[in-house]
Amino acid sequence: MKKKIHRRYLAEFVARVLMIGSFALVALILGLILWTLIQKGLPSLTWEMVSQTPKGGFYLGKEGGILNAILGSLYMAGGGTLIALIFSLPIAIYLNTYLGSSRWGNYVRLVLDILWGIPSIVYGAFGFIIMLSMGMRASLLGGTITLTLLALPIMTRAMDEVIRRMPTDLSEAALALGSTRLEIALRVTLPQMLPGILTAVLLAFGRVIGDAASVLFTAGYTDNIPTTLFRPVASLPLAVFFQLGTPFPEVQQRAYASALILTILVLILSIGSRLISSRLNKYTIK
Amino acid sequence: MQPHIQVKNLNVHYGRTHVLKDINLEILPQQITVIMGPSGCGKTTLLKTLNRFIELVDGTRVTGQILLDGQDIYSNDVDVTEVRKRIGLLAQRPQPLPMSIAANVAYGMQIHRMKSNRQEVRKSVQHYLEVAGLWEEVSHRLNDPATSLSTGQQQRLCLARGLAIEPEIILGDEPTSALDPISSQHIEKRLLTLKDTYTTIIVTHTLRQAKRLADQVIFMYLGEVIEAGPADAVFNHPKVERTQQYLAGLF
Repeated sequence: MKKKIHRRYLAEFVARVLMIGSFALVALILGLILWTLIQKGLPSLTWEMVSQTPKGGFYLGKEGGILNAILGSLYMAGGGTLIALIFSLPIAIYLNTYLGSSRWGNYVRLVLDILWGIPSIVYGAFGFIIMLSMGMRASLLGGTITLTLLALPIMTRAMDEVIRRMPTDLSEAALALGSTRLEIALRVTLPQMLPGILTAVLLAFGRVIGDAASVLFTAGYTDNIPTTLFRPVASLPLAVFFQLGTPFPEVQQRAYASALILTILVLILSIGSRLISSRLNKYTIK
Repeated sequence: MQPHIQVKNLNVHYGRTHVLKDINLEILPQQITVIMGPSGCGKTTLLKTLNRFIELVDGTRVTGQILLDGQDIYSNDVDVTEVRKRIGLLAQRPQPLPMSIAANVAYGMQIHRMKSNRQEVRKSVQHYLEVAGLWEEVSHRLNDPATSLSTGQQQRLCLARGLAIEPEIILGDEPTSALDPISSQHIEKRLLTLKDTYTTIIVTHTLRQAKRLADQVIFMYLGEVIEAGPADAVFNHPKVERTQQYLAGLF
């Protein structure tokens, strides 16, 4: 029974090296991105930066901040995610409760997958055309609606995948008590799948808050804090874009600071929702 | 005695396989009827036809009649949720709902709008937990997740939850097969005390359990009912050779 270098062990070794290698590569890239953001952005990340709007000469390196873009992004991405949630939750529940894996169900999934894959600039252009035909200008409303459209397929499909993993035994237990399908969806599936649903919402939020192309035409840009739905509004991705495009190193550094702020926002939200999620986990069936 | 359930010319097909063949049965009230037979004989399928769970499986075809107090439960004007309210099910593995212990018991009462206020719900929760023999173990932690209970306790919780919607019939699909011997004994004891109030139908593949519980026995083999009758007669004087062989442990 002497141990031999067997092909099976060799295969396992190679597979492990590949897996660890891939993991290390991804970790390295993430680390480099974060390092760049911190190294270049942190020096400019002052209180002024997050608490003030751009003053005269801001884009030449003078005083001011990007509060306009922070608020604009939070309004648009938050609003877009909320509206998308109102639509995608019923769609995902309907998809699983009444369509299941039927032919129609899979058609709907295919359509959502295609929508997911469409580049966001197309959403932007589409939103822009619609707005033009309605005589609307680039505005907070336009940006929010475009982001809603962008978030909708992502959130719906992610929720769909979550709800699909609902254990059959669990729904049968509820059926045996004489529940209707709607009662199961609302009183059993939702509580059971809430952590996953929250992840789906977060996934969509992370995608839309960082998207520049879709808000370029539809939301525009302004140095003012948004006060009405019908005026243009600034956003963080565009703030990064515009500041990086200037020839001044101080302004470019602020672009990295803006990107850092965006990253921190998403991070705070992720951690927050994980905390909430672990509380909601209390009653779920493992 | 008037039968509580009558099964008439019941045939079930899964796709092309004929799983239940010409079943004719009468189930008597206030007795425990045990369905036994080797695995794959169709006993669980038969049980599933009784609460219309068979419909959940794609590609099944059910013909014949199942009369509950003379009313065909497969008739078009019958509300399936009402059927399942009257016929409770105790599944093979306990499957608590993702909510607290108390909420599990209250769930059925709430969806069927059986109680008018919280006070009544709370009283019934206690009552049915007592009936299921779980109250003393959980009375101090009713708001804990149902999953914090042991498997045996969970099965008694499922019993309480099922009884809370006031069914007339309890179906048990090998309800002790996932449990340890002591928990199994608990469940069996409950079923025996409950039989005066409910019509009970239990599927089991252990002969000893069948002997402990049964008032009436149905012996099935390859989708057919081979022999059915009072426990004493079937166990001690089986008429059919197959039954004799099964009881002797030949297959």
